[in-house]
Amino acid sequence: MSIKLTIMEQMRQIAREHGKTLAPLTDDLALLDSGLDSLGFAVLVARLEDTLGIDPFTTAEDAMFPLTLGDFVKVYENGARQKRAVA
Amino acid sequence: MVRAKNAPSLRAGLADATSERFFFDRAARVCVTKLGRGTSLGGRLAALAGRSVMVATASQLAAALALIELDGIARRLTILPPDTAPEHLAALIGCAEVDAVVVDDGTLPHAALDLPLRVPVTPAIAPAGDLPPMAAHTEWVLLTSGTSGVPKMALHDLASLIAPIGVERPDGAVVWGTFYDIRRYGGLQIFLRALIGDASLVLSSAGEPIAEHLARLGRCGVTHLSGTPSAWRRALMSPAIGTIAPRYVRLSGEIADQAILDHLRATFPQARIGHAYASTEAGVAFEVEDGRAGFPADILEHDRDGVELRLVDGALRIRSPRTAQRYLGRAAPALRDRDGFVDTGDMVERRGDRYVFVGRRGGIINVGGLKVHPEEIEAVINRHPQVRMSLVRPKQNAVTGAIVIADVVLKPQSAGAEAGGELAIKNDILALCREALPRHKVPAAISIVPALNVAATGKLARRYG
Repeated sequence: MSIKLTIMEQMRQIAREHGKTLAPLTDDLALLDSGLDSLGFAVLVARLEDTLGIDPFTTAEDAMFPLTLGDFVKVYENGARQKRAVA
Repeated sequence: MVRAKNAPSLRAGLADATSERFFFDRAARVCVTKLGRGTSLGGRLAALAGRSVMVATASQLAAALALIELDGIARRLTILPPDTAPEHLAALIGCAEVDAVVVDDGTLPHAALDLPLRVPVTPAIAPAGDLPPMAAHTEWVLLTSGTSGVPKMALHDLASLIAPIGVERPDGAVVWGTFYDIRRYGGLQIFLRALIGDASLVLSSAGEPIAEHLARLGRCGVTHLSGTPSAWRRALMSPAIGTIAPRYVRLSGEIADQAILDHLRATFPQARIGHAYASTEAGVAFEVEDGRAGFPADILEHDRDGVELRLVDGALRIRSPRTAQRYLGRAAPALRDRDGFVDTGDMVERRGDRYVFVGRRGGIINVGGLKVHPEEIEAVINRHPQVRMSLVRPKQNAVTGAIVIADVVLKPQSAGAEAGGELAIKNDILALCREALPRHKVPAAISIVPALNVAATGKLARRYG
């Protein structure tokens, strides 16, 4: 599964668990409007570390938390590329 | 019978004993009654009179004999737990002004222990002609089980240590056993209970596997057995648990949650099961035997046995004749507040007619500004029928600062579960947490692990940071 699909699948799963309704998942969706709250994103980041093996926000000191879903996905894609490069 | 509580010293109590009783470890059995007129210090007890003595044996049994002999003789007794980091020895010896050390064959060589007076103790008792008369009101110094740095030294005396021990008329001979080391407060209570209650005592030996310890407790006919909830959880995982049938089961040192109380009730349907709340500094505050986690609110509202409890910002404070007097050392913090209460740092919450322990003040995890006690989540996870024990810990998180995750040990019959079975159990545990806890307390991830690290204190090893 691609990184993007993995992220979207996890978001739907967490929304179910937390009893939240997700907005349609498009690249320009602002994360603030996605339907997940900050705890939801905290859990998302933890789950993604489990499934993808990276947490780009704690490994890079200067990482800014992205504003849109598209940017969020890019942060993980970049993180995965860097991990492969190191390996 | 049961005269020793009023005796001026531990040995004086033994001298009056009417029945023979024994202290056991893996290697030896000692008729401790003989200490009333004997010695295990090779005739050198008189040399230790009036001194500040550190008991630094490897063996618990040797330490037990030395403590009985030295009470009322030494000016001060500092009890060294076996897991004390060697780099702290010099500071501890300086702080307690130790000028003599009692050692055995297993005492690790260390420059700090090279004191002018070094007396060996053996786990055997030789008849003694003349024993020195009682010379001192001995101070007892116990080390706290702090997580880092030099342990603090809490000053007790025999009166504060034995104040919690009730005089009961036992139905039949009593054989005490404990998963604790008697060189810490929880274990020392059991050592004193055995001595004062005319009972025998089965001690653990270093490195002894839990199954062998349980089998030995069974062979010695243990009737009263004490340990932390973590020690009990480990014992319940061993098939050798079937070799013991105690009449009294006691828990202390950690929160006794409903799951462990229920497991013990199911395993020992005939036993009295009690959980005690105690710490090195505060002493034993109370004991509860109604089989329910926490304690009746009544205990907080009405003083019992001279023990006063008070809640300050959710944390329990205790004033009683059982607390330590102070910490040793010039730079040491105050052990009691201005009103004489000891701040335990243990947080409680009222639920109906009871108070339950929710965790340590220092162990709080901050999830996006919301406070979480790991122990409160563990208590929920431990309710799952396939869970034996669990550890909830913080994980750094870019969004909320931290989130909680859980490591879980399954019961033996569940351990064979294939990967799919594990996933089902994890989801089941998460569902249980979602039902019982607010969202921020539900673990973001659960790992099934083969074992959890239990510290030398018998408590689950936690890293506070």
